[in-house]
Amino acid sequence: MLTRRSLLFSAAAIAAAPYFLSESAQAATPKNILVMAAAIDDVVGGFDPAEAYEPASYDVCGNLYRTLVTVDPADPTRMIGDLATSWDVSEDGLTLTFQLQDDLVFESGNPLTAEDAAFSLQRVVKLNLAPGHILTQFGWTADNVDGLIRTDGSRTLVLTLPEIQAPGIVLSCLSDLCGSVVDKVEVLKHETDGDLGNNWLKTHSAGSGAYRLVEWLASDRIVLETNPNAAVKPAIPRIVIRHVSDPATQLLLLQKGDVDIARDLGSDQLKSIAGNPDFTFIHQDTLTLMYVAMNMGLPELQKPQVRQAIKWAIDYQAIAKNITPDLWNVWQSFLPKGTPGAIDDNPFQKDVAKAKALLTEAGYPDGLSLTLDYPVRWPFSEIAQAVQADLAEIGIEVQLLAGERKQVITKMRARQHQLAMGRWGPDYIDANGNAVAFCANSDDSDTSAVRNPSWTNHFVDPELTEAVNAAARELSAEKRLETYAMVQRASLERSPYAFLVQQANVAVLRKGVSGLSLGVLDNYTRYSGIQKV
Amino acid sequence: MSTYPVTADSPAPLRSWLLTDSPDSRRQAAWGGAYRRWLQFRRNRLAMTGFVTVVLLILAALAAPLLATHAPGAQDLARRLEPPSTAHWLGTDELGRDLYSRLLYGGRVTLGMVVSVVLLVAPIGLAVGTVAGYAGGLADRILMRITDVFLAFPRLVLALAFVAALRPGVTSAVIAIALTAWPPFALLARAETLAIRKTDYIAAARLTGASPARIVLRHIAPLCLSSLIVRVALDMSGIIMTAAGLGFLGMGAQSPMPEWGTMIATTRGYILDQWWVPTIPGIAILVASLAFNLLGDGLRDVLDPKQE
Amino acid sequence: MTSASLSRLTGVAMTLFGLILVTFLIGRAMPIDPVMAIVGDRAPPDVVARIRLELGLDRSLVEQFWIYLQHLLQGDLGKSVMTGQPVTRDILQFFPATLELATSAMLIAVVIGVPLGVLAAARQGSLFDNIVRVISLIGQSLPVFVLALICLLVFYVKLDFAPGTGQQDVIFQGMVPTITGMVVVDAALDGQWDAFWDALAHLAMPALLLAYFSLSVIARMTRTFMLDALSGEYIITARAKGLSGPRVLWRHAFGNIAGRLMTVLALTYAGLLEGAVLTETVFSWPGLGLYLTRSLLNADMNAVLGATLVIGAIYVGLNLLADSLQRRLDPRVD
Repeated sequence: MLTRRSLLFSAAAIAAAPYFLSESAQAATPKNILVMAAAIDDVVGGFDPAEAYEPASYDVCGNLYRTLVTVDPADPTRMIGDLATSWDVSEDGLTLTFQLQDDLVFESGNPLTAEDAAFSLQRVVKLNLAPGHILTQFGWTADNVDGLIRTDGSRTLVLTLPEIQAPGIVLSCLSDLCGSVVDKVEVLKHETDGDLGNNWLKTHSAGSGAYRLVEWLASDRIVLETNPNAAVKPAIPRIVIRHVSDPATQLLLLQKGDVDIARDLGSDQLKSIAGNPDFTFIHQDTLTLMYVAMNMGLPELQKPQVRQAIKWAIDYQAIAKNITPDLWNVWQSFLPKGTPGAIDDNPFQKDVAKAKALLTEAGYPDGLSLTLDYPVRWPFSEIAQAVQADLAEIGIEVQLLAGERKQVITKMRARQHQLAMGRWGPDYIDANGNAVAFCANSDDSDTSAVRNPSWTNHFVDPELTEAVNAAARELSAEKRLETYAMVQRASLERSPYAFLVQQANVAVLRKGVSGLSLGVLDNYTRYSGIQKV
Repeated sequence: MSTYPVTADSPAPLRSWLLTDSPDSRRQAAWGGAYRRWLQFRRNRLAMTGFVTVVLLILAALAAPLLATHAPGAQDLARRLEPPSTAHWLGTDELGRDLYSRLLYGGRVTLGMVVSVVLLVAPIGLAVGTVAGYAGGLADRILMRITDVFLAFPRLVLALAFVAALRPGVTSAVIAIALTAWPPFALLARAETLAIRKTDYIAAARLTGASPARIVLRHIAPLCLSSLIVRVALDMSGIIMTAAGLGFLGMGAQSPMPEWGTMIATTRGYILDQWWVPTIPGIAILVASLAFNLLGDGLRDVLDPKQE
Repeated sequence: MTSASLSRLTGVAMTLFGLILVTFLIGRAMPIDPVMAIVGDRAPPDVVARIRLELGLDRSLVEQFWIYLQHLLQGDLGKSVMTGQPVTRDILQFFPATLELATSAMLIAVVIGVPLGVLAAARQGSLFDNIVRVISLIGQSLPVFVLALICLLVFYVKLDFAPGTGQQDVIFQGMVPTITGMVVVDAALDGQWDAFWDALAHLAMPALLLAYFSLSVIARMTRTFMLDALSGEYIITARAKGLSGPRVLWRHAFGNIAGRLMTVLALTYAGLLEGAVLTETVFSWPGLGLYLTRSLLNADMNAVLGATLVIGAIYVGLNLLADSLQRRLDPRVD
């Protein structure tokens, strides 16, 4: 007969049974599989190098594909050959010629030739998706690119530029993910409706990197396996990247041995395991900056004294030290540390008296009120609140407006913000990208073709625009560095951006795991050296 | 008829006036009925616990400036995530703010949201339900179809979508929750109206030449109130939970506003090492929600035992 | 088909239409530029304009809605920006995980909740009755994410008793063939018992948590119905005839409320889909709830529309089921 006691007991037993029976599943991850915890929910549109544009997809794709040139891991400001053994720049700076290595093979077994390289670059220009502007900025268009990117035999690739460009810019753009060489034969085999294989490449790989893409379940996992035809076989045959958005959970999984590497720990998690011999910390400064943008479309923010007052009101050190220790460090120039030409003046510090004086000079002795849009995620929310408190001290009352990251960007692009917190990583390592983004605005109209932060914030400065554009056409590397130093110092004085901090990447590896190489930009991160004892 | 024992030591004239078996006026009868229900309610210990807790919560929220030891927004980055101490009774949060003070002010936000939602929802639900029930026919069918559409969404999912379409924040959250919370009220009011519509009492009102608007407003709506109050009390905890859920998904009230769900969301990462930081607002939600549930339960037993 | 059921069907169709319309409008009102999700935030204006055109965003709202409806009728929910796949395919991929979670939670809730309710009613006013009442009230008052976080802390971190988040351990990932999409079922069908126990262990904690919340409702409703039934005259008669307590309780009274209970269960199951949104977030469970919240934040309109529509349709379906069950089993409803 069914009594209450027996019923409750059996229900409890049913519920608890799996826990007792599954002890074998509690062991650490097996030797031939590496499990990495990372936030991969920002992967949008998959892993086609002509489309991928978010940090997580860059991180993965950099291991699926190889590029003509790449950065020297020991000195990221130096370009070295990857698929190319050598390259030449013509005297007028308009023609670049690359020699490819012999015996290169794709994961499909097809040989990798100059034809594939030309096709890959043309493809990025023709599809013109998210990363398309990185190549189209040189003047390549869908109509002219077939003539301007050519092959000379199976080993030589010739790039012609419609207008003069500093070679440093071109090379660093080619080392970006969109410079990845894809397998033309394989990709065209899967073409549908003239999409150049875009749809298929979202969920498949056709490259020559160390790994190949096996499975992707959005916001859950990415599975990679060794590319059977890779030039150098990696030690770990299978890598599983598990989506774990919460940093605390990442740490937990790491401590439990359920994952081998945690990629996105926050400052608090890092602090709690600092000095623990069970973990190895890999530290790499990235080129990502966090800044407060001030929309000069607003009369108050048009006054240079108000903008400078804001820059002098913020307690940069307190933010970096208390909110983001080990991860975001004070950096106030628009060129991040690690970019050729970056200056490390960092002149601003919290000076309430000076900031108040500037406000009075601007005609706001009683202060003013502004809104601040910020993305809701660590550490932006915390820093936004700290900025709010700092500005309150000089009489600027800030109303915080939270939004999803993309929502904030949408609002900024519509130029409807007053103050906004942004995060900015350059597309490529050369200084030109950030210099153009933060200084050059040749047309501030609503129909302008310019859509960079300068335009977004109504920052029109003909002198800086001219200097930055000239530097892009300058063939002498030294002269360019001089120009960038001048532009950065001028920008500290005049620009509508208060750069706060620069991000460092820290990966934490479980004892016995080693060899992960983090890049200054996500696409330079390499899994191929990872080992597990 | 009174079934309540009148104890010998309570000779208060007011009490006997209230409990009399033969009231002299309609008002006396109404007051007497209310008093009897109150006596019945008071005997329910769980319901009384809920009632007292709710009153205390409201008082604490109203008196937050007096009771708080710190300003709710005052940051002290050097004293983050401290455990409870004499300086900070419940410890500090991720920006070094006093948790006890934030919890008190958070009560204002949470209860304020609940009250706003109820103020929005009850009249809408009442209006839609009574009109649909009284008018019948096409109006009824259209209104009920609209109600069905909103009922067809899971509440949190619809609220999430709405907030995403507006912008995360208290106002959006209140509107979103209100949009998802009104259908049950409408259904209830309609059911009550259908029952009342056929009574002689309404027929009499109609005969005196009262307009339909007047009948709905003056005669039907008041009669729906008691069951509506029960529904509101029972729904309160649901509203608190949805608000907290939105806050937890980052779509509700935003920092630095000390809403309880948001407080959990922003500090959930600390649960391993500073477990009390997210747990304390969690307990606050539990207490508030439980109190409303107990109160609602008790009210239902007294006012409207038919409701589920 | 009777005219009554025909009119009910048109009612359902109209509800679904309203559902689509409301979701569509919400999707179009979103303050995130859907174009940005595709070409990023640094694309030049001509590229943005081209994508707008491709998405049909230049057309009027009415036209856009009409086009969406036409595709919908052909079973085409459009393509997700986030995954680059057709939304129908995404939903087929993510839904089984939610189904697995919600169904197991439901089973647990019924197995525990119904007897609790019946016994509480049989001993109305006893200590047991009050305990059940408090347990179920707490279940209705505690946000699922709070309990989920605490359970993870206690059972996974401190006691090392339960496995962590996710649906499976990594070693088993990709080993179980997809048959139904529900890992536990698939592993069992394929005879992979290691993978089966692993998946079951991962399922247990989120399912138990979710079950607790529906259990509260089920226990309460069962108790209410039973009290009602126990006061019925035939029960008193049965008792007077000297029939044993449990027999009266289970066969007569419980048998009498089974119909009404079924409708409650159908509605509770629909409510579980909602609880799954929060539970899936805490447990990184790759289900429809996670898919939906992710799509919302990425302004992936087709995905949001599709997922909401599916959840809404299931809701409507379950409501309809509850409705017709009630009509069939309970003659008092007219």
